[in-house]
Amino acid sequence: MANGQQLKMLSVKNLHASVGDKQILKGINLEVKAGEVHAIMGPNGSGKSTLASVLAGSEKFTVTAGEVTYMGEDLLQLSIEERARKGLFLGFQYPVEIPGVTMANFMKIAVNEKRKAQGLEPLTAAEFLRMMREKSAIVELDSKLTARAVNEGFSGGEKKKNEIFQMAMLEPKLAILDETDSGLDIDALRIVATGVTRLKTPENATVVITHYQRLLDYIVPDYVHVLYKGRIIYSGDKSLALKLEKEGYDWLINDYRE
Amino acid sequence: MKENNQQDILDSLQSKEYEYGFTSDIESTMLPVGLSEDIVRAISARKDEPEWLTEYRLKAYRHFLTLSVPTWAHLDIPPIDFQKIIYYAEPKLKKPLGSMDEVDPELKRTFDKLGIPLEEQMALAGVAVDAVLDSVSVKTTFRETLAQKGIIFCSISEAVREHPELVRKYLGSVVSYADNFYAALNAAVFSDGSFCYIPKGVRCPMELSTYFRINARGTGQFERTLIVADEGAYVSYLEGCTAPQRDENQLHAAVVEIVVERDAEVKYSTVQNWYPGDKEGRGGVYNFVTKRGICHENARLSWTQVETGSAITWKYPSCVLAGDNAVGEFYSVAMTNNYQQADTGTKMIHLGRNTRSRIVSKGISAGQSQNAYRGLVKIAPKAENARNYSQCDSLLIGDKCGAHTFPHIDCRNRTAMLEHEATTSKISEEQLFYCNQRGISTEDAVGLIVNGYAREVLAKLPMEFAVEAQKLLAISLEGSVG
Repeated sequence: MANGQQLKMLSVKNLHASVGDKQILKGINLEVKAGEVHAIMGPNGSGKSTLASVLAGSEKFTVTAGEVTYMGEDLLQLSIEERARKGLFLGFQYPVEIPGVTMANFMKIAVNEKRKAQGLEPLTAAEFLRMMREKSAIVELDSKLTARAVNEGFSGGEKKKNEIFQMAMLEPKLAILDETDSGLDIDALRIVATGVTRLKTPENATVVITHYQRLLDYIVPDYVHVLYKGRIIYSGDKSLALKLEKEGYDWLINDYRE
Repeated sequence: MKENNQQDILDSLQSKEYEYGFTSDIESTMLPVGLSEDIVRAISARKDEPEWLTEYRLKAYRHFLTLSVPTWAHLDIPPIDFQKIIYYAEPKLKKPLGSMDEVDPELKRTFDKLGIPLEEQMALAGVAVDAVLDSVSVKTTFRETLAQKGIIFCSISEAVREHPELVRKYLGSVVSYADNFYAALNAAVFSDGSFCYIPKGVRCPMELSTYFRINARGTGQFERTLIVADEGAYVSYLEGCTAPQRDENQLHAAVVEIVVERDAEVKYSTVQNWYPGDKEGRGGVYNFVTKRGICHENARLSWTQVETGSAITWKYPSCVLAGDNAVGEFYSVAMTNNYQQADTGTKMIHLGRNTRSRIVSKGISAGQSQNAYRGLVKIAPKAENARNYSQCDSLLIGDKCGAHTFPHIDCRNRTAMLEHEATTSKISEEQLFYCNQRGISTEDAVGLIVNGYAREVLAKLPMEFAVEAQKLLAISLEGSVG
């Protein structure tokens, strides 16, 4: 997969971020190229979700050092919505409810914002509806859900499917999926993971944050990274995930204990 | 229209503040400034009114003199000098209007700017419009179509001339001139407004609509609306309001009376967008309005209002459920931004047996504004098995605004069932982050979330009004975040 010709999509160098006085990311280095799938694993509280939020631009965190280049641009200079419109997508661990706003309406705005940023005309109603139908099929999302308010009253599984549905609609260059597998039963996991795999192209890249190897049975990663105490302490190929599943993190993190 | 054009709406608000803030260069004929018996007589004389109406006005005026400005609302109202207001201004017209071609082109342009489809589009939209500019009703469209069904839809001045028996029977029957300070003032000086009568068993085939606009400087607007739905009749009535942008405050003290006879139904929808004042709270309309309907047996009255304008709003569209099995409804979205103040709500007066009422109030406060819901649910001793459901929600945007709820319940019958639910919420950082992450700017996200919050009420509006209301909510929130 990985070769020198690939487009460098994301380059994270020595990234430090904190919330209040608490330093959470302590020097992350990560390179992601087009066509790649990266898995980020690690024990609870190591900073995985923080990394996802910081890359998306969450204002809860302050970047204290380091740099991030995305598609040749300084990512940290861009607003949250600019990052999104340039193709960075975050699949939320806890998708947010927006009462009274239908999923269809929400997506129509999001898709057309992105098109506007690309200098494209907004989709017509017919085009948009066709697109919704196609994309919701990818994750076997009940089409009735698009008429309901954003995530309101959705089950855990529906919320996660809905995240991947949105990813399908927005066709991101870089998708960061934050524990998309948590809280899913076996069937939902298969559907969600298959959906992600179907969206994979040589032009886009995916970063999946997960606790479990089982997701990686479907979404086969090119690289697996272990994040611990705000740093990536180990990287390997997909066999690393299997080893972690069997042996846990102890053999890796002993050296880093304080 | 059906395709929810939220995008267009959000696009169009990028550069807008108060888009209706233009003034029209139409010559007006005005009465001298100030209020006196002579002025009241002069208004009545200008309109060639019968003596009983002149007397009614004078009685109201004399009663008005005994009253003082109400101060119980949660409002900070600067003193108003009632002698500095011009109580009557009419656009100068050469002769009575016969057809559209005779309407002053400047006036037509005003209506075009307001987006009022006064001509052919109206047929398509199925809306009949009575447009009231300052004090005089300019043109009532579709009169003939309506006349075939026996429906009367005209200005109140015309109704006084052509249907005096109806006007005399119903005027002041729901809102007495003695009701309150502003109702008394209105009864004394009301200049024009709309009159609507739906005969027995007739279902009005189109939405009836009135647009009010204050244009002349220093004038007040005191329109009077009287709607009568006779037994078994049905009508849906729309009211829209705009005013030019001015530094001074303008007074709007209207009265709306609705009589819903046995088995009849009236839906009354308002999108109120009077000029709210500027960002520092200068100027804006004082909107002090009394709206009330009486429902006889099996009758139904539904108020839906979207209130985004006015510097100060004081308004409680109410239902007197006089007959058995009568139903009253109140659906409201009241939004305040910058230094706007609103004290609005409803009264549901249950007199008959098995009467039911439903109140859904959605307050939205942003900027430094103050927004109060004030409601009364009253169950009279004879109102067996009365039911009320009230829901009062408040949404706060930013940390300098206020939301207040004053629900009053007065229950005199043990068989009544009353429910009250209330919530207060803020737009969460998580919601904004979620929207931003999908490429939606914070300002658009707020507009979207607010429209979602108000959806239950907006859904009660007729389609073309709902779209306008959505736009207004988004526009009125300009600059309230970040």
